[in-house]
Amino acid sequence: MAEHYDVLVVGAGPAGLAAADAAASHGARVGLIDAQATLGGQVWRHDVRSDAPRVAHSAFRAVESRTNIVHFTRTQVVAAAPDRLLVEQEGEARSLGYASLILACGARELLLPFPGWTLPGVFGAGGAQALVKQGWPIAGKRIVIAGSGPLLLAAAATLRKHGASVVAIYEQASAKQLAAFAAALWRWPQKATQAIALRAALAGVPYRAGAFVRAAHGDAQLRSIEVQVGKNIQTVECDYLAIGYGLVPNVELAQLLGCALDADGRHPRIVVDEEQRTSIANIYAAGEVCGIGGRDTARIEGAIAGHAAAGVRQAAIKLHSARRKARRFSVLLETRFALDPRIRELVTDDTIVCRCENVAWSALRDFADARAAKLQTRCGMGACQGRICGTALAELGRFARGGLRPPIFPARLATLADADFAANPTDPFIDSNQENFA
Amino acid sequence: MSTFDLIVVGAGIVGAACADLAAAEGLRVAIVEPGSIGGGATAASMGHLVVMDDDPAELALSRYSQRLWEAYADLSEAEFSRCGTLWIARDEREYTGIAAKIARLAQAGVVAEAIDASALYELEPELTPGLAGGMLVAEEAVVYPPRVAEFLVKRAVTRHTHLHLGRRVNALTSNGVVLDDGTRLSGPVLVATGCALPELLPMLSLRARKGHLVITDRYPAFVRHQLLELGYADSAHGSELTSVAFNVQPRPTGQVLIGSSREFDSSREVSMATVRRMLERAFAFLPRLRDLQALRIWTGLRPTTPDGRPYLGAVPELRDVWVAAGHEGLGVTTAFASARLVTDQLLGRRSAIDPAPYLPSRVLA
Amino acid sequence: MNAMTKLVRLHVDGVAIEAPVGASVAAAIAQVMLRFGLRPGGDARAPLCGMGVCFECRVRIDSVEHQRACMTIVRENMRVETTAEPAHG
Repeated sequence: MAEHYDVLVVGAGPAGLAAADAAASHGARVGLIDAQATLGGQVWRHDVRSDAPRVAHSAFRAVESRTNIVHFTRTQVVAAAPDRLLVEQEGEARSLGYASLILACGARELLLPFPGWTLPGVFGAGGAQALVKQGWPIAGKRIVIAGSGPLLLAAAATLRKHGASVVAIYEQASAKQLAAFAAALWRWPQKATQAIALRAALAGVPYRAGAFVRAAHGDAQLRSIEVQVGKNIQTVECDYLAIGYGLVPNVELAQLLGCALDADGRHPRIVVDEEQRTSIANIYAAGEVCGIGGRDTARIEGAIAGHAAAGVRQAAIKLHSARRKARRFSVLLETRFALDPRIRELVTDDTIVCRCENVAWSALRDFADARAAKLQTRCGMGACQGRICGTALAELGRFARGGLRPPIFPARLATLADADFAANPTDPFIDSNQENFA
Repeated sequence: MSTFDLIVVGAGIVGAACADLAAAEGLRVAIVEPGSIGGGATAASMGHLVVMDDDPAELALSRYSQRLWEAYADLSEAEFSRCGTLWIARDEREYTGIAAKIARLAQAGVVAEAIDASALYELEPELTPGLAGGMLVAEEAVVYPPRVAEFLVKRAVTRHTHLHLGRRVNALTSNGVVLDDGTRLSGPVLVATGCALPELLPMLSLRARKGHLVITDRYPAFVRHQLLELGYADSAHGSELTSVAFNVQPRPTGQVLIGSSREFDSSREVSMATVRRMLERAFAFLPRLRDLQALRIWTGLRPTTPDGRPYLGAVPELRDVWVAAGHEGLGVTTAFASARLVTDQLLGRRSAIDPAPYLPSRVLA
Repeated sequence: MNAMTKLVRLHVDGVAIEAPVGASVAAAIAQVMLRFGLRPGGDARAPLCGMGVCFECRVRIDSVEHQRACMTIVRENMRVETTAEPAHG
């Protein structure tokens, strides 16, 4: 099935919602694509047992009320061409044509290997929050939160709200870094207010700076964790560990399309100009994919991209100064939550690094490049397509992640054979091999 | 050290096999490989060890080499899995043709049996109804070539082979090679560079023929044998611009590996149009393949000579320059026999099979 | 569906459970067990990322293999099966 849109937006989080709304406001026919069943991405993820924040509600209402926005939920992008996307919606393939494309694919958590991290009961911090919002039973469970970044507090608050017993929060950044972060928040009053509200919601929960989890222990599932606080190493019993080290942009689709990426840091982000245009003229990007910058940056950039993609530069230009101000938050995050180098050295020989194919750290030691490691050990050849192990290895300074081929997510074989996607735009598709011999 | 008895250029499965054999024969060997060991066509391959009976020269070489592969059946790196090959006959005409194939294979010492329609579905329940039968070559196996290439190179190194990894041969010299960092190595040269052959030996005609493969998530026992349509050889030997042929393999992991496609293209880019044709061909034989989850698509470039046979032997116009390249889709299968033939010629020995069909001189005036 | 409390009835490895409307299959499975699948070698696994990128939560849903439980919403009478045998090799 083939359809055409003036603007396709990939991702229905804050950036994508703002982009779709902005583009549609000028009359463009917009397609809004997201793999989740409901709008909101990660930060505004639907909580089955609670209401969405007001600002999320109005963002949802805005796109739901526009008849020129077509929603593709439960829809995964699988492959891409300069003028169309191959997507899979609940097992069915669709080819969606576009004149302009806006990448608002968001971010995923940076999950780093350490002894015991594969035990059932060890989740990402954002991962635990996402699961609880999806209805995961958490009431009465003892949960330790660890890792780095403001996400830890947000996750802890959600978990507590749903009845978890939050044993402690271990933030690897030092007390000094945290104080500097808090002091700088006055520039973003909304964020400062949020921070205060979160601390209030977490009253009574021990919060330790300069602390990181060294190992997880258990049998068939997690039973306790080993945490280093300053110079002390303690054992803490718990049912769950929610641990994440910040966020990493989801650049796979951009990479497949050939958009220029900035690989200065350990994790690439999409390079954009002031109009959120990538190195490819009809492809825009907004929000976390352009660098981790938080929800407010995402909303402004999404709006800029939407206006620009619809050809209304004036509306985009009006938002430039707001964007610059919001984007400065990225720098603050990057500097104040920089990782303690000891966290990159927690892996031991037996620690599984590639979870899909069960490849341990010791198997990867002899290889100088990712390709050789992959060929000889199968590291990165599993279902996650290297999203977990590849990102972790890049953070550990071992291998940079390589190039991409379709499919960018696992998909049905029937989807990969979609006729409309494979058809040449100028010549009609001729299949000379279509014999029916049955 | 810079003087050797043999400088092997290229550490794909063919180069690795040649270097390993030469080192075992007591030669002082150097290997020069710019990328990863077994990282080219070797890494992209299906790893199917198959005796092809359509061309007598191919039959001789593939049978000889398949026997040599048996020595690696217990090597863990080889991941040797004797799933057997099951050739599929779509109709009575194809089924009738099987008798001649069985006879040719029998002459070469390969046991193949005709499988009638009902037995076919016992062996492979997922096949589409209405097929006429097939031919089973039960002794054939699949392997994982990159790890074998690595094993062979490592073994050669234990026999004092010098490995220049990450280095590229810039040019042949009058008595050896010069590398991209200026290093000069002297000694007889064996070029085993696959598709890059024309860079060093432009007089030997060779083109890259791109193939696609798709691998799925784990579905143990969805197929049990390597399945090929009898028309596969037509695709391999034909000159159509783009062709596909049904070729599906059960990996030891339980994943299903799907091929095959051929098109003359030296870019590695995935062509979704070709993937579509290849998959539709596969769906025609295995309808429920449509529902399996695909994890990866990749391409590989088959080094293809005008007559489809590899170049194995001395390069006539040059002194002390040898070649082992141009294996099209049989590089993995014929790697060990290729090594034998070339080493025999280097050392002035008779080969177990007639080397004439593969001599480079056959294509030069 | 129970209209009063908005629950969905489904089966996880043969166990009948009720989950809130809009809950994920992962959340439903968690009512019964913390083992979603097994890796080569026999290690038990459970969800990690909660957002569809780690693929640790793959289960069989209504006879279709390898579905991400965290990305699938529960439906009435859904039959969920976690991976009982380890994948070989």
